[in-house]
Amino acid sequence: MKFYLEFFMIFFKIGLFTLGGGYAMIPLIKEQIVDKKKWMEEIEFIDVLGVAQSCPGALAVNVSVFVGWKLRKCIGILVAVLGTVLPSFIIILIIAIFFKNLENNALFISVFKGIKPAIVALIIAPAIGMGQALKLKPQKWIISIIIGVVIAFTEISPILFIVGSMILGNILSREKGREI
Amino acid sequence: MIYWELFSTFFKIGLFSFGGGYAMLSMIEQEIVRNHSWITIGQFTDIIAVSQITPGPIAINSATYIGYITTNSILGSICSTIGVVLPSIIVMSILIKFIKMFKESKYVEKAFIGLRPTVIGLILGAAFSLMKPDIFIDYYSYIIFLGVLIAILKYKVGVVKIIIVSAILGILLY
Repeated sequence: MKFYLEFFMIFFKIGLFTLGGGYAMIPLIKEQIVDKKKWMEEIEFIDVLGVAQSCPGALAVNVSVFVGWKLRKCIGILVAVLGTVLPSFIIILIIAIFFKNLENNALFISVFKGIKPAIVALIIAPAIGMGQALKLKPQKWIISIIIGVVIAFTEISPILFIVGSMILGNILSREKGREI
Repeated sequence: MIYWELFSTFFKIGLFSFGGGYAMLSMIEQEIVRNHSWITIGQFTDIIAVSQITPGPIAINSATYIGYITTNSILGSICSTIGVVLPSIIVMSILIKFIKMFKESKYVEKAFIGLRPTVIGLILGAAFSLMKPDIFIDYYSYIIFLGVLIAILKYKVGVVKIIIVSAILGILLY
């Protein structure tokens, strides 16, 4: 029981103190699980990270599923995932309840008038950063922009593009799997 | 039934969200704002703003928030949050057994190389769908937008600082 509580608290703390989503949580998970508790080797953790990134869903949740399974199978998964999710769940719930009563508040409206265009820039910036990091060629930028426009302005589901590009990646790639 | 619909919609979002939080946004926007009309595009932007300054993955944050807003009950939040998390648990539990095989598979590698331009497209899609008069209300909005873009790409300013500064600008300008 003491183990489960400790295990839960580690993930709860990670969930509670990481701003900015999944990627920000990874170094903290590694610090606790690999460096401090030594529940897992570093090599194994890196392997897990690779798989977790390629799986659907939130990265932090995927990693906690794996760590939970490794340490205590199904109950481990439950404890780790609950620990990761619960802080966001509680905080957002409080904000949602609070927001309901604030929607017509003048100050609140002004604040969000300023924040909204900033959010659009906050979303575009990582897309540009990712493209630069991957050294995307101009024709691929055009493909990305077209996909973006289609998703934003038509009813075509993103699922189609996700599944389609995974299949195309296999059909079009040359031997080394570098191209496309 | 709304609770079942929340669960199944977020299950679908969780199952098909590759490439991290921002790439999920376009999927969430299409399902929640356009297909189900559970929230407006303005409310959707509020959620993203809140997610930026609160802990945790954006997928969990939006599921919890939308679940509450649409049903006015905690049960709604629980249904949508479980929905978005469950695919991770199922897919990861299966893959754990084949972790070596999965990691070394050429097909998986190629699929993910193919996925790259799409992930960037998904993120751009989320941004494009927000470029509406509800969000860009006047030319100040465009100045804030461009200023933030430059601040992040050129000067690597942190998210929390950007939200605080643009909130203050909002109070001063409107």
